[in-house]
Parts: sequence; C-alpha cells; structure tokens
Amino acid sequence: MPGYRTRQRLWKVVGYILLGLFALIFLAPLVVMIVSSLKADELQLLREMGTIRAFIPTRPSLQNYFDVFHRMPFQRFFLNSVIIVSSIVLLGLFVNSLIAFALARLRWRGRGFILSLIIALIIIPFEGIAVPLLLEVNRFGWLDSYHVQIIPFIAHPFSIFLFYQFFIGIPKDFDEAALVDGASYFRIYSQLIVPLSRPVFATVAILQFKEYWDAFLWPLMVTRGFEYRPLTVGMQTFFGQWPREWGDIMAFASMTSLPVLLLFLAFQRWFIQSVASTGVKG
Amino acid sequence: MRLNLNRTRREELTAWAFSAPALLLLLLFLIIPFAMAFGLAFTDQRLIPGPLPTRIIGLRNFVRLLNDEVFRKAILHNFIFALVVVPVQSGLALGLALLVNQKLRGVAAFRAIYFLPTVTVMVVVAVVWTFLYSTEGGLINELLRLISGGRLGPYRWLDDPKLAFPAIIILSIWQGVGFQMIIYLAGLQEIPLDLYEAASIDGASRGQQFWYITMPALRNTHIFVLVTTTILAFKLFTQVEVMTQGGPLDATQTMVLHMVNMGYRQLKVGYASAISVIFVLIVLTISLIQRRLLVEEREVA
Repeated sequence: MPGYRTRQRLWKVVGYILLGLFALIFLAPLVVMIVSSLKADELQLLREMGTIRAFIPTRPSLQNYFDVFHRMPFQRFFLNSVIIVSSIVLLGLFVNSLIAFALARLRWRGRGFILSLIIALIIIPFEGIAVPLLLEVNRFGWLDSYHVQIIPFIAHPFSIFLFYQFFIGIPKDFDEAALVDGASYFRIYSQLIVPLSRPVFATVAILQFKEYWDAFLWPLMVTRGFEYRPLTVGMQTFFGQWPREWGDIMAFASMTSLPVLLLFLAFQRWFIQSVASTGVKG
Repeated sequence: MRLNLNRTRREELTAWAFSAPALLLLLLFLIIPFAMAFGLAFTDQRLIPGPLPTRIIGLRNFVRLLNDEVFRKAILHNFIFALVVVPVQSGLALGLALLVNQKLRGVAAFRAIYFLPTVTVMVVVAVVWTFLYSTEGGLINELLRLISGGRLGPYRWLDDPKLAFPAIIILSIWQGVGFQMIIYLAGLQEIPLDLYEAASIDGASRGQQFWYITMPALRNTHIFVLVTTTILAFKLFTQVEVMTQGGPLDATQTMVLHMVNMGYRQLKVGYASAISVIFVLIVLTISLIQRRLLVEEREVA
C-alpha cells in the first residue's frame, strides 16, 4: 500500500490545521477581553482594537481594574453572586437529593405519581413562568432581597432526576443490612448513599453553579438598587453607562468570567462529564 | 407481622417527610406560577394594582397579540434563529466532536479551548462581542477589510436593521457550540470501535463509515441536540437585552424580550402572561416531539 503512510500523515496535518484554526476563533474574543482590560490608555486601546495589537498587552497596567472598584461597588456584586449561587447549590444539593432518595430507595404510595410529576416538570421553561412568579414574589414583598433570588431555585426537577438515576443504581442490599442493624432512613441517606454518590453530587453542583452564576433575566426583574444585585446585572449596568470606557468594561468583564473559567480549568474533567450527563436524559 | 406493619408505616412517613421540602418549593415556585400564567393570560392584571380591579377579559390579550406588530416580529425572529442556528450549530458541533475525537497528541487541550465560551458568562460574551462589532476600527470589520482587500465594510453591525440579528446569531453559535460538541463527543465515544474495524476490513471508506456507522449510531444524540438547541432558540434573551434591547427598529425583538418589556417594564402582567402561554406551548410541543421520537427508538431497539 504505497501512500498509506503519507495519507495518514496528511490527515494528521489537516487535523492540526483545523484544530488550530478553531482554537483561534474560540480564543480570540477572550484574549481580546483580557488584553484590552490591561490597557489603561483608552485612546490607545481604541486605536489598536482592530489590529494585531488587540492581542498584545502593550504597556500592561492594572489601572482599569482599580477604576472599576472606584466607579462601581464591584466587590458588592461579586459577594452577592457568591452568596446567591452558593446558597442555591448547597441547599439544592440537600433538598433535591433527599427527595430523590425517597423516590429511588423507599416504597411508598404516591411514589410513581410524584416521579412522573417531577419528570413532567423538567420541561417547563423558567422564562414561561417568570412573569407570574414576579407577581407572586411581589405579593410576598420579597423584591430586592437575597432570598427572592435563592428560594425559588432550590428545588430543581432535573437535578432530582439526575440524583434519582444515580441512586437507583446502587444495590439495595446495603440498605437492608443497615436497617437490620437499626439504622434510621436518614442515616442510610447521609452515611451510605451520599458518600457513594459523590460523582452525581459534583455533576449537579457544577450544572447549578454554571446556570445561576449566569442568571440574568430574574435578577434583572427583582433587584432595583446595587445592594442585592449579582455580577451579571451589575455588568449590564456598568456597560450601559456613557461614555463607554472600554478598558474598564473589559476589566469588569474579565473579573466576572474569571471565577467560572478558573473553576473550569481546575475541574475540567468534571465539567465535561456534567455536560455529557445532561445528554442522556429522555 | 407487627414489626413489618410498623416498618411499612415508618417507610411511608419518612418518604413523605423527605419529599416535603422539594414538593412544597416546586408547588410554590413552579406549579403555581405555571398555572397562574394560564389564568392571568385571560385577565388585564397589572404588576402594581391600579385604581380599577383586575377583570377577566377573555381572549382579548390573544386577539391583541395577533395584531401586535412587535410580537409578530419577535416570534418570526425566534423561528429564524432556530432555523439558522439549529442546523449550523449542530453540524459544527458534530464536526468539532469528530475533530477532537481523533487520536492526536494535545487534543484534550483543544477540547478545553472549544468549551471555554460555554463557561463564559453570557452577559460578558455579549459585551465583548459588542466591542468586536465596533463600526470604526472594530476587529471584525478590520478583519473583513483585510480578507476582502478593502472591498467589504465597514459595517454598522449592531446599528443596521439588516445586520443586527445575524450579528447576534453569530455570537450565539460561538458561545453555544462547545456544549453540543461535548454531547456529541459523549455519543461518539459510546460507539463500539469494532464496528469500524469490521467495516475497514470490508473495505469501507472513511466517508462510508461515517454515513453508515457513525450517523445512525448517533440518532438519539441528534434528537437531543436538535431539540435542546431549538428550545434555546426560543429562549433567546440575554444577548439581545444587553446588545440591542430589541433594536434597531425591532430588528432583534424576541418573544422573551417582548414578554419582559410588557410584564416587567410596562407592568402589563396579563398581556405578558399571554405571551408566556404561547412561549410555553411552543416549548412543550418541541419537548413532546422529542420524547415521542425517543420512545419510538426504544421500541425499535
């Protein structure tokens, strides 16, 4: 077979060229963001934004970052996002795994109905209920608070489903043995099932974290002042201020996306597995 | 016997106790608002109660929607978005998945890079792309000028009613394709390798292997990707709100944006609920089609 080797090698070269080309497309905007955030001179930034220098930090400086803190309560937005997202994730892990435990490991009347209800609820898109929910929480007097951004999002049908799928795969004999030993159901949940289910806890935590760090529509509607506003809405407010200072805006943008990007780089394999696991539903 | 009875009872009670927090929250913040949307759509409910009490106005909201120029544009844009983004993004995602599924050194790094936009906050993506789309000396205009030898541009991307929506489509694909790529990659890695080995012994070309092994094996993945991308197309909001607020001349209006403008900015909760109902019905239809297709698959298998 003459040429087989060369053809293999050619495929390899073409593969790398394509890989590199796409890498460029996906990286370029992010590199421009970070590089522009390091350019303190706005006129220089604008002069260079359409040239190769948009990718080179000429005379790097952190001045824009200081400006952001000076012009906006960035630390407040950041803290708000951390409080809101970590509350949703932690409370959600507990509440959703607990009901999933009941659905997957206990025998009770109503189990089948509740399970089909949860699966049906997965379909309802949040955007479809946002306006009535706004009316509801307004009646509760909840506007402009942390809890209005936390409590409605703790119970999450798809997370329950992911937990359920995992729990149902754990052999039943474990529970029986523990029950005979006189363990309570809560002990079986907390000391047997939870430790065996770390992967699904990680998956749900990552998916929830990503979804709510990104949340925009809801906080936009339920927060007025800066006090309870998360980063995303803060970013939009900052972006809407004229005249636009692109250097400062890019510093704000970099600081907003950095936590997720860093977490992704640290837990890359977990992130990718989480996303892959969303595909198996149905 | 006594012990058994007690145990059954205890199990029942425990199950309800463990389910109670989630069920209560789902009832309050998902089921009730969902039901409310269908009720409110037939009223003139306002977010802040006015001097007049809320009335039931029958189908008037829906009749008004039919004649609402902005709503018609919005729903049309959602369909255009779906029609363009679903095939382009899915095709690209499959291509990327095939690319990073090769046994090449360093391929994991590329996979991570392609996934980066997906983990970037959407508001940030919108802001950064607004910068790239700048008319005077923006990166995209300069790049086009360079490639075309000065014949193309500069374009007023976000200020031109003809270009604003395509501009938003491009960045949405850039942001979303990595997610679908991972789903396809997971699908690809489940195909048994011996299928390919057997095929190449039989002399099947790479192209034949792709069409006769890879594509049929990915059937469920295709359905999932197509459906989730279609639903996302109808949820389009953040990019538009940040970049154009639906403008110029309503060229980038979407259903969710119109719903937010009506319900939140103009306080017309009844009218916005009517939009929500139509939105929900569209999404439900798409989801039910998906479940139907997946069920058929199971029966065949």
